[in-house]
Amino acid sequence: MPKRSDQTDSESHMVKKIKVENKLGLHARPAALLVQTISRYESDITVTKGTKKVNAKSIMGVMMLAAGPNSILTFELLGPDAEQAWADIEDLFKRNFDE
Amino acid sequence: MEKHYGIAVSPGIVFARALVMESKDLVVKKVPIDETDIPREIARFEDALTKTRAELLNIRKKIASEIGREHSEIFNAHLLILEDRTLIEEVISRLREEKLNVEYIFSDIIEQYSRAFSQIDDSYLKERTSDVKDIGRRIIGNLMGRKKETLAEIKDQVVVVSHDLSPSETALMNKKYVIGFATDVGGPTSHAAIMARSMEIPAVVGLETISSEVLDGDIVVIDGNNGIVIVNPDEETLSEYKTEEEKFEAFVQRLDQVKELAATTLDGHTIELSANIEFPSDIDSVLLHGAHGIGLYRTEYMYLNKTVFPTEEEQFMAYKTVAERMGNMPVVIRTLDLGGDKFTSSLDMPKEINSFMGWRAIRFCLTRTDVFKTQLRAIMRASVFGNLKVMFPMISNLSELLKAKEILAEVKQDLKNEGIEFNDTIPIGAMIEVPSAAIASDIFAKEADFFSIGSNDLIQYSLAVDRVNEKIAYLYQPTHPAIIRLIKYVIEQGHKCNIMVGMCGEMAANPSHAVLLVGMGIDELSISAAFLPKVKKVIRSIKLSDAQKLVEECLKLTTSEEVSGYLDSKLLPILESIEQ
Repeated sequence: MPKRSDQTDSESHMVKKIKVENKLGLHARPAALLVQTISRYESDITVTKGTKKVNAKSIMGVMMLAAGPNSILTFELLGPDAEQAWADIEDLFKRNFDE
Repeated sequence: MEKHYGIAVSPGIVFARALVMESKDLVVKKVPIDETDIPREIARFEDALTKTRAELLNIRKKIASEIGREHSEIFNAHLLILEDRTLIEEVISRLREEKLNVEYIFSDIIEQYSRAFSQIDDSYLKERTSDVKDIGRRIIGNLMGRKKETLAEIKDQVVVVSHDLSPSETALMNKKYVIGFATDVGGPTSHAAIMARSMEIPAVVGLETISSEVLDGDIVVIDGNNGIVIVNPDEETLSEYKTEEEKFEAFVQRLDQVKELAATTLDGHTIELSANIEFPSDIDSVLLHGAHGIGLYRTEYMYLNKTVFPTEEEQFMAYKTVAERMGNMPVVIRTLDLGGDKFTSSLDMPKEINSFMGWRAIRFCLTRTDVFKTQLRAIMRASVFGNLKVMFPMISNLSELLKAKEILAEVKQDLKNEGIEFNDTIPIGAMIEVPSAAIASDIFAKEADFFSIGSNDLIQYSLAVDRVNEKIAYLYQPTHPAIIRLIKYVIEQGHKCNIMVGMCGEMAANPSHAVLLVGMGIDELSISAAFLPKVKKVIRSIKLSDAQKLVEECLKLTTSEEVSGYLDSKLLPILESIEQ
């Protein structure tokens, strides 16, 4: 469980949109990579596609989004390391999950 | 003692303890628990997760070192499922609310997830249902205190009994300890059959219900010569089979005496006898059994069970190894034949209702020219290291053959521009396995350097008999008058254009069918290594002129049964003399 920090002043809250551009979308391998990356951070991170919102640290949740190529995802990050986490997530998408 | 009859697909006799692969889900009971039991249930769940994790890490390590890192990647997703907080928290909160045993709650949750996955409108993710179920089964197995043996963890000799064997299951198998297969479904050309022949272990398929009738640890005899499986044989039967086993081994050893000899008939006509392979490592067995070349290198096995396609370099190394080890002997590399009953996880290939007639083999390659070109580059680069030929599968009309040749020409031009060496005159062959190609073989012969008749598919398509459906296995008839006429026609058309015509299907491995093919004028027979000595010995025992007469007589007959009966009556003395 991510620790809830008491020092609310150091927490940041971000909402970011990104497009899935790798060939097969977030199938097992990219989903695993994304979850592994996100799980390193303390922040609470969720990802939404359409009306479906899941915990971005849950592989089942992320795979269940069935985010195919060109789908738009919204990440919501809340916590002390949100900014760093977002930089990492954005980088993964930019590298097309090293496919 | 029980006797089961199926289809013999790989010769030999063995007996050993049975390892029954779970195909059905474990039965989970619904048991109410007390409030005070909740911590115990949570502890059991965590314990099962830890055990499962250790198992997975072990298997992943094993697969990475034995088969290759790419194959082990799928387990990363499995491991993450184990660590999924959302899943774990759902189990714990439902446990507190519903006060039911954790096995029941967990399997219910897994069931919900699998249902949700199977409704996803994405064929790739849809297939992940099996991953979720697989991991669910492991955890439930551990929760129920059941030590589940997996194919990778076997430590002594077993025969594997299962509903079916998938390519990923056979890839996992510790081949040292698996000495036989018995499956409910399948036919002579199903994956389990091909793997058994490649591993040279006896196998019987199409046994319908064997996996639910045999228990782990039962003693099972697999008679791959006659298609019989005996469960818990009595002393007498067992000793009979021990003698049979010894006889068979002695027979195989005697056959190996012909290893160095050519497949020449008594009247001096020589047939090129080659082997079919799936992996470069099959070459030891090919050379041991005295093949004179490789008539079919099934390259798709390199693509199965992978999350990414093999690179040009990986393929080049494999083809180069095969080319070098075979030296001057010809090696026919068949380009990627995915689809049908062979799929890969690295591809978003939609499941098709009629996959044997769908987007497969050359049809797939001509759309995915990127994948096709990578393979052709690897083949061409390896072509300078031995006597390689290239062959295109599933050609059904001329434009496909021309297009494939055009792409090969482009690849050659690219290599030329890059200053990379290759054999510019590499022979290009067409596989004749679709009836349209057989009927129009006079047209195709002008555009190919050689033909290889793929009898498995040619029979399946010509007779409209699904070769993996055991219910209609009796209709799969290599000696059907239509098939004999069609094959004879293809050979004649090839010879009119002075090209070689071979056969690389299972039909060629049957000694009496092989004689028929020789009589029709076939130039080459390519079969599984295990069958080579027997077919060679048959060819060395007959005259070409007699085989030709046999063909003439067979062409007068009207049913498959008549043809088979006639062949048996004429060839039985020869076949019996070989066995002695």
